[in-house]
Amino acid sequence: ILLSDGPSPAITPITPPTSVIAPLFIDTLCLDKCTTLREEVDDSFDINISVSDPEKVGDGMNAYMAYKVTTKTSMSLFKQREFSVKRRFSDFLGLHSKLASKYLHVGYIVPPAPEKSIVGMTKVKVGKEDQSSNEFVEKRRSALERYLMRTVKHHILLKDPDVLQFLESSELPRAVSTQALSSAGLLRMVNKAADAVNKMTIKMNESDAWFEEKQQHFESLDVQLRKLHISVESLVCHRKELSVNTAQFAKSAAMLGNSEDHTALSRALSQLAEVEEKMDQLHQDQANADFYLFSELLGDYVRLLAAVKGVFDHRIKTWQKWQDSQILLQKKREAEAKLQFTNKSDKLQQAKDEIKDMEGRVQQDERDFEQISRTIRKEVGRFEKERVKDFKTSIIKYLESLVLTQQQVIKSYFTFRYVTASV
Amino acid sequence: MMMTEENEVESTLSVCGHNIQIAEVLKDGEMLSFLIVSQKLSGTGEYHVHRNYDDFEWLQHNLFCQEDVAGIQGVIFPPLPAKAQVNTAAKVMKQLGFLSLGEWQPYCKALEVFLQQVAAHSILSKNKAVEVFLTNPDSPGKQKVKKNIFNRLSQAVDGMRKEGHKDVDDFFQTARDHNLVLTNCTKTVTEKLLEVVQTEQKIAVACGHFSAALLLCVEPGDDPNKQAFSKVCVKLSEVFESMKKSTTGVSENDVSTMGLGLDLESRYQEAIKEMLFRRTCKLVELEHARRNAEKAKPVKKAAMEELRKAAETEFEDISRVAKEEITRFEAVRVKMLQQAMVQWCEKQLLTAKECADQFTQHLEVFRGMNFK
Repeated sequence: ILLSDGPSPAITPITPPTSVIAPLFIDTLCLDKCTTLREEVDDSFDINISVSDPEKVGDGMNAYMAYKVTTKTSMSLFKQREFSVKRRFSDFLGLHSKLASKYLHVGYIVPPAPEKSIVGMTKVKVGKEDQSSNEFVEKRRSALERYLMRTVKHHILLKDPDVLQFLESSELPRAVSTQALSSAGLLRMVNKAADAVNKMTIKMNESDAWFEEKQQHFESLDVQLRKLHISVESLVCHRKELSVNTAQFAKSAAMLGNSEDHTALSRALSQLAEVEEKMDQLHQDQANADFYLFSELLGDYVRLLAAVKGVFDHRIKTWQKWQDSQILLQKKREAEAKLQFTNKSDKLQQAKDEIKDMEGRVQQDERDFEQISRTIRKEVGRFEKERVKDFKTSIIKYLESLVLTQQQVIKSYFTFRYVTASV
Repeated sequence: MMMTEENEVESTLSVCGHNIQIAEVLKDGEMLSFLIVSQKLSGTGEYHVHRNYDDFEWLQHNLFCQEDVAGIQGVIFPPLPAKAQVNTAAKVMKQLGFLSLGEWQPYCKALEVFLQQVAAHSILSKNKAVEVFLTNPDSPGKQKVKKNIFNRLSQAVDGMRKEGHKDVDDFFQTARDHNLVLTNCTKTVTEKLLEVVQTEQKIAVACGHFSAALLLCVEPGDDPNKQAFSKVCVKLSEVFESMKKSTTGVSENDVSTMGLGLDLESRYQEAIKEMLFRRTCKLVELEHARRNAEKAKPVKKAAMEELRKAAETEFEDISRVAKEEITRFEAVRVKMLQQAMVQWCEKQLLTAKECADQFTQHLEVFRGMNFK
């Protein structure tokens, strides 16, 4: 259940202070030709963030979870090599909100923040210390960690002062309107933008087939990922069911062992119960691996694709703005032409001035459009590269856990074989 | 005309009992047909006969109807599995449990054990029907099977009350109490294992779906990142195919060894329960006859005495046979269960090793993937 975020903010992105953004833009313009250099810089990327030690602060409905955020790095960007701060969930949402408002509309794929959950948090607040609320906290902790790592892996976002402040500063001003851009809010905003675009009866003249192809590709990828996600969720569910059934089988085998007169047979049955209890544990571990390494990964990518879709839509809006400026310029030129045949010299001068301004705007809008197109191309390339790394990393962890599990299974059966041989 | 009325009471089996095999099972419309192979005792040679479930019932009926054999009611009759409703999956699962799985292999194994136990039984193997069943090329025929004369627990009037009737012999009271506990425990274990197996099957199916869905993520084109992602998806799909295979293997092992063993044990406990109940009924009958004899008026006294004597003899015969049977069976059952557990462990170990090897191979493939 997602928190209803209230009315979405009007889609007017906050222009970041030029002192912060402009240098970066100039950066990308200058280094456009030096993309290889930039990637080499990325390869020396050395930062690891962990989110740990969830701690309940306060009581009742005002309580919240505080998480420890630890950064380990050798990069000169940071003041220290290892440092920790305490953050709460709304702080993460606040960070995302700021980043999204600064970077989304110029084409950067800003990783979405983890989902809100009223149900999950209420249980925690109310003080229920049961397995499901522990699972919820662990799920959230993991999601927050993945969110931060994805964010800092982005070479532009890493250098953002808000990100640096989030990681380093011991005190953080409370995020005020965190409703703004949680994942769900983002999706809603994206959908509204998409609707707005669709409602405009002008279709964009896509001069660049790359964008059309990419858009279609991402749409079909979205469908595939959702299917995979559902598939894995079903697998996780069955695995948990198997754990429960195995535990019950173990119990019943123990009972049979207790009722059995024949000593050796009784011992064998008790050993069977122990083996099955171990299997139960292994099934639970497996279910967790399925969940954290695949289900959450796929969920993350479904949400990431929403952000990707968002930047594509922003590009269309940027194009539209450029078109509108051109139309306006044309109108002003026509108006000036008409004024030529009148004797209102001061009005004519005003018209000429306005045209000058307008020409400037048209040029700027065209530059913006070209800029966002360039940025998106690079971002998509980065996304597709990261995607491979991400999946490969998860899969390797998963396979390692599978091999380990099987080894423990083998060990269990060896013990059992030894005991039953003496029957 | 019932074949039983032409039977000689005693005969020796001309085939070897312990290696009777059900070599083949064929689906014949709604029925299953079994090819039964047994080895001749004298010289070399085999008997190959085709039988269906009606034939098995005919055999069982003949074994039950041996009224002239002393103490026959004290025999623990090897249990015959229920008839398989071939074409209704849900019904057959409810009815047969583990025996409905594994492409009828466990079911055939259960029938095999039935025949082996009958052929190995000192009293039962002497019945001519066993010889006929195993060696006669023709099917014993679709003869109408008379209703079982034995006091089936479930059909008995006052079943519950009689079941609880206090025994005169400590050995048997203990046996009855113990059997009650074991029957319930074994039934529970069997049910729980069946639930485990069903969940394992669900997991195998889910792995298959995930594997197939991954292949749909393959992206065409020359783009190196796309090719890399496609390769990842294809290889991951193979991982889940392996997982499907190994989970299926684990489930099949559960069915063919532990499941079958528990099912056998469960039905044997029921057979012992039936036997003990028959003896208890005879005890009730005997006590009734004794009372009648005591209370009888002089006119009836002699007749009642006769009845009392007959009841006492029957009860003694049954108790004697029952004691032998219980002692004999205890050894057999421990061996059966141990064998089931050992086989289960061996098979699962093999499957786990294969699985570990496969996953290690997959891991190496992924570790070796280098993308520019």
